[in-house]
Order: sequence, then structure tokens, then C-alpha cells
Amino acid sequence: MSSKLSAVLEPYREQKGALIPVLQETQEKFGYLPEAAISEIAKFLGLSQSMVYGVASFYAQFRFEPQGKHLIKVCQGTACHVRGAARILDEVEKQLGIKPRETTRDMECSLETIACFGSCALAPVMVVDEKVYGRTTPARVREILAKHNEPRGA
Amino acid sequence: MTLTFAEIQTRAEAEWTAHRNSENPHILIGTATCGLAAGALDVLEAIKEQLTKSTIEVAITEVGCIGTCYAEPIINIIKPGRPHIYYGSLTPETAAQIIEDYLVNDNPRPDLAMGTDGEDEIENIPRFFELPMLKPQVRVALRNCGLIDPENINHYIANGGYSGLNKTLTMTPEAVIAEIKKSGLRGRGGAGFPTGLKWEFCQQAPGETKYVICNADEGDPGAFMDRSLLESDPNAVLEGILIGAYAIGATEGYIYIRAEYPLAIKRLKTTLQQMADYGLIGDKILGSDFSFHIKIKQGAGAFVCGEETALMRSIEGKRGMPSSRPPFPAQSGLWGKPTNINNVETWSNVSAIMQRSGDWYASYGSEKSKGTKTFALAGKINRTGLIEVPMGTPLSEIIFDIGGGIIGDKEFKAVQTGGPSGGCLPASLLHLPVDYQSLTEAGSIMGSGGMVVADEETCMVDLARFFLSFVQDESCGKCVPCRVGTRQMLNMLEHITRGEGQPGDIERLEKLAHLIKATSLCGLGQTAPNPVLTTIRYFRDEYEAHINEKRCPALSCSTLISYYILPDKCQGCGICLRNCPVDAIIGDKRMVHIIDQEKCIKCGTCLDVCPERFSAVKKVSGEEIEVPSEPIPVTPLKKAEAADKTPV
Repeated sequence: MSSKLSAVLEPYREQKGALIPVLQETQEKFGYLPEAAISEIAKFLGLSQSMVYGVASFYAQFRFEPQGKHLIKVCQGTACHVRGAARILDEVEKQLGIKPRETTRDMECSLETIACFGSCALAPVMVVDEKVYGRTTPARVREILAKHNEPRGA
Repeated sequence: MTLTFAEIQTRAEAEWTAHRNSENPHILIGTATCGLAAGALDVLEAIKEQLTKSTIEVAITEVGCIGTCYAEPIINIIKPGRPHIYYGSLTPETAAQIIEDYLVNDNPRPDLAMGTDGEDEIENIPRFFELPMLKPQVRVALRNCGLIDPENINHYIANGGYSGLNKTLTMTPEAVIAEIKKSGLRGRGGAGFPTGLKWEFCQQAPGETKYVICNADEGDPGAFMDRSLLESDPNAVLEGILIGAYAIGATEGYIYIRAEYPLAIKRLKTTLQQMADYGLIGDKILGSDFSFHIKIKQGAGAFVCGEETALMRSIEGKRGMPSSRPPFPAQSGLWGKPTNINNVETWSNVSAIMQRSGDWYASYGSEKSKGTKTFALAGKINRTGLIEVPMGTPLSEIIFDIGGGIIGDKEFKAVQTGGPSGGCLPASLLHLPVDYQSLTEAGSIMGSGGMVVADEETCMVDLARFFLSFVQDESCGKCVPCRVGTRQMLNMLEHITRGEGQPGDIERLEKLAHLIKATSLCGLGQTAPNPVLTTIRYFRDEYEAHINEKRCPALSCSTLISYYILPDKCQGCGICLRNCPVDAIIGDKRMVHIIDQEKCIKCGTCLDVCPERFSAVKKVSGEEIEVPSEPIPVTPLKKAEAADKTPV
């Protein structure tokens, strides 16, 4: 952990306002914020651990548990809401057998909801890893998830 | 190494001219996030694949969003000697076909074209910018979106880019502020504070170090103007920021952008590099004494950080919690220094104003709201997309003329403006001109420009509950009225939508709403009750139906609806039985199917799959439909109907 983390930390030495970018890069590296990283970040930036945890837990982006190999995000914005986002989320939950902020037992998929993805014109929207899918329907959800699961099944 | 601005312009124009007047055909494809979500990359692949089969040399440029998002993926084909042709709603198959037909065989396929742009016309293809969605628009902030390569600074410069900055550098800061004041520009992030005045406060504040911030933390659900603008024309925003920094006397700045917008972040970074290469950012910009450095800060997912004071705390690396004012950011902002914050759209307008003039900008719009405003049209509307219209344009024109009305000819019910801080306006207010004043008087706000249209199938109580649940989630927790008050309102709304509302709930909601508005610390709490207050004001009957009759008139609240299979229509095909996820349907071949109401989870699958010619599934609220207790033989369809019946 130490050497991997110091690569993240070093460029931020003596920089003001470094905490959030440091947390973002740490999460990018480990997939989540491990407890040990929090204490190391605190030491490096000269902050208390509670301060670091306080900031990390304030923002929706940060996770304290490892995440699955694939991240599925279902948009819950207004446009998606009026165009049936609830049914999209239901279908994803049903297919994966998990609720938002949970990960499947095989660590393949994590599910999150997002407040708005900004692709409202193509609502309802879901995102698998980096790929954005617009105009989704429950039937398309099944296709999309099956497509992303293919390599695993092979 | 250092080029003068005139030299930069010459170089940019040469590249732009070569790009537009090439002897080879040229394809522009929209690959902003909406294009990508609609499958633009698959279309691009298909086009490339098809091109390998011919010998024609074709250049392909990825551009931003032209705003007609409903028709994504969209391409624009530029062929020498022909007007440009826009093709929309493409699939990989139709795109490949167009390449074959138009580029190889010179058949422009009017049946697949959206419109042309240029001097000549092509028979049976309308002019693109005369289409009903585009004709009423005046594109100022969005002037280059979808037309230029957002990752090529030369395209921006050749279209007047950075001439505003160049002019600014010859003026005094006071003269720049006076020009912005003359334009009448008001902050486009929501509150609508006059931009010139805001700058003046910061310019006059004592202190050596001052900061300029671009608020790109577009958090309103249902709004995507800033994302699209940053993805499609990042230079327009950055030029505005430079002008503002010069006027205020700031040498450092930040762009605070949502991490959910990776493409916008990427394009900003590319642009900053290109600006540095031309000496448009950094020390001694364009050879002047003005130096400015800017950093990109990614938000970490907190809606409240759209509020100025919370945003600054977040840049400082703290919890994004707002603080009370005064002191105002203009006196004591980021790290205690005078700070000016404007949002993405405001900055893009600033660069346009300085390229043209304050008077020119003020010639658009209404008496108290000058200029133009972008709106993100979404929801149950035919032509969703990103538009820009003069202030004062009536809502009806935006929704029906530009947006093409409601999907499936359903009934318009409401338009939601201003996101969680705004309100829902009914059909009776569609005549309202869109400006700061009239929307506020109607109980909503202009907000940043999200416009979500609801039809008869949208439950207004549920929509209010949706927004309350959003603000409750996003409340930072610092002040009690917002933290506890919105929780109490949400509880009541949840009860009402589940049919557990009590007489007096409406009055209790109103009382609490006014209390929260009056006593919350920041804008989030002060406006959070707006969606509830406007829905009570304009759709009180829906609240009453939920509370008194346990009925959802929009047939949307799942606890209050039931699905029935109509015994006289069911043909016993069994498709609903096979698709029901919880085995709540009993029946047999040629027998009327029945839904077990105890088991039904009201997912609506049976309604979706029942063949249209039977239409045997009915959704109701507040009524029961009599059905047999056991499957009985079906009533066969009449002969005429049976004739076109195909086996299922």
C-alpha cells in the first residue's frame, strides 16, 4: 500500500486544497478508500484522521468498500424519472440480485444510482463502466447486462 | 515563439478554410455525451468500414452537440459544390447506406436527410436552421456548438474566438465591467444576479490576490446545458473566464466541474494545452502584462457544492458546507480572498459580448431580462435537446413549436423549470414569457435551464416527492430547517403517495414549506419546498385524490394502482402469464387469464406484453374491475378482427 500510495501523494506535497484530489486518485488506484490509506493520507497532509474521513464521507463519490469489476450506474434524474427510471432500476436489481450501493457476491458487478448524468435528452439512461446507454427499456437492460457478462460466461 | 494575435488568427483561418473548402468530402459527427449515448461510435465505425470499400478520400471530424439530441446520432456531410446535409436518427446500417448512396452515387437521400445548410438547396430537403426546432433559436452561448471541432482551437479562433479577449486587453478593467453592465447579462446559474455588478464588487474589494471560479458543478437533475457547452465549445467558456479575470484583477482561477462529466474534463484539458501553445494562458497573455493560471478541480458528488460558499470550501479540500453571508465571496471567498464565481453559460456569454458588444447582446430579450438563455428540453416531449432562445420567449413556443409537443399526442400536464429549486407550471401558464421575473412570480424559478415536461401519466405528487427525496439526500446537514424539515416533508409525501395521507396533510406541508424557506441557511434549503408548493398550488386536486380517495389520477403511484385482465378481451394467448416475473397470473390456453392481486407487484409487464389487438390488460386506480374467480373460456374475437389475427 505504502509505495503505491506515495506515488499518489508525492505530487501534492505542500499544495493547498489537496485532500479531495488525493482521495479521488487513491480511490482510482484501489477502487475504494482502504482504512490504511485514510490514516496515511492524514499523516501526509498533516490532518487528523477524523478530518479526512469527515471529508471522504461527505461526498457521494467515495466508497469505503471494494467495488465489483463492473460498475453499473442507473440515472435517477428528473427526465429519467418521468420516463420510467424506476422500472430500469427495478430490472437491474432483479437481474443482478443486489440493491444500489451493493456488490454481487462474485465481485463482478456493483450497482449505484446517480442523481443526474446529464444525458436527459436520451432518458432513461444507464452507464456500464464508461459506456453510456440512452433510451433504455427493461428489455434493453437485459440485453446490455448480458452483453457485459459475456466474457465471464465464456 | 510568441505570435501576435493577428498571426494566430491568420494561421487559424487558413486551417479553417482548408477544412471547409477541401476538395474531398468531409463528415462531421456529433460525439458529445448524448451522441455517444445514442450510439454515435457504432455509427462512426460503420461509416469507416463502409469507406474502406470505396476509393473516396473522406475526412471525419468529431464535433459537439448541435442541440437536436432527439435525433442523435447525427452526421453532417460536406461535399464540395453541395450544401451541407444533416442526417439524423442514424443506425450503423442507415449510415453505411448514406455513404454508399450520397458519397459514392451522389444521391442525397432526401428521405433520410434532416436538412441542408448553405447557399444552394436540394429538392425535398428542408433547410436545417429553418426546421421548427431551430428557427426560433438565437444561439449566442451555444454559437459554435456542433459546428466546430471542440478540440481544435483554430476552429474557434477562425470563428471570432479570442478577439473578445484581444479587445479586452486594450481596455481598462472599468471599461470592461461597463461593457458587461451595458449588456444586461445576469448570472445564468440560477439566481440571476447582474454579472457586471458582481464583478465590480470583486474588483473594488481590497486585496492583492483575487480568484475567479467557473462553476461547472451542474447538479440540477434534468439539466445538461453546461456539459454540452463544455464538450462542444470549451474555448468560449475559457475566453470568458480570462476576460473576467482581467476585469477583476485575478491571476488565478479554478474550474470546478462534476466528475460525472469525463468528456468535458478531457476537452478542457486539451484546450488548456492548446491555449498555452498560443500564449493565451499563463504569464503575459498575448504579450500583455496580464497573467492568469487556471486549475481544474473535480467535484466529488455533492449537489450543495453548486452553492458558491460550499463550492469554495470544496476547492479548499473541506466538506462542502455553505456559510452564512456576509461576508460575500467578493470580499472574502476562496482562502479568505476576494473571489468571483460565474457559471459555464455566463462565461460563454461574456466572450460573445466582448467579441461583439454589450448593446448587441442587450438587443435580445425582454425589458428586465436581456439576452438569450439556454434550456435543456427533456421529459415527455417529442424533440428533446439543447436550445437557446431570447429571454421572454413564451413557454408554449418552447414546448410546442421548438419541442414539438408531447410524445404520443398525450395531454400536456406540467413543465418543471429550475430543478429541485424550481416548480411545476401548469397548462394555464404556458403563455408566460420565460424571464427571471415571470417565472418567479409563478412560484418557480428560471434556474440554470433544465426544463422537464410532464404529461398526463406523470403524477405531480410523486414528482414533488421525487424532488424532496433528492434535496433530502443532498442536504448537507448544517442547518436544522433543511436537514430535519425536508425529511418531515418527504415523510408526508411518501405517506400520501402510498395512500396513507391524512386530512390536513396539505396544510401541514404548506406550513412547513414556508418555515423552511424562511429559515434555511442557503439556497438549497430556501428553495427546496418550491416543487411542493407549486404542485399544491396548481395540482391540489391530485393531492386530494391521493389523500381522500386513495387514488392516483395519473395511474403512476404503484401502491395505488392495480392491473386487471379484462375477461371480455382476453384471448388466452398466455403471453402475460409467461412474462409475469412473480407468477401472479393464472390461466390456460383459450381461457381468460386472471391476476392474483395479492401476488402482483405492479411492475406493468403484463400491460407491456399484451398484444395491442387484444389490449386486454387495464391499469386502474381507486376502482375494482370484476373478474371471474377461476379461468373461464375466452370470448372469441369477432370474425373481422380474427381475420388479421396472427398466432402469438
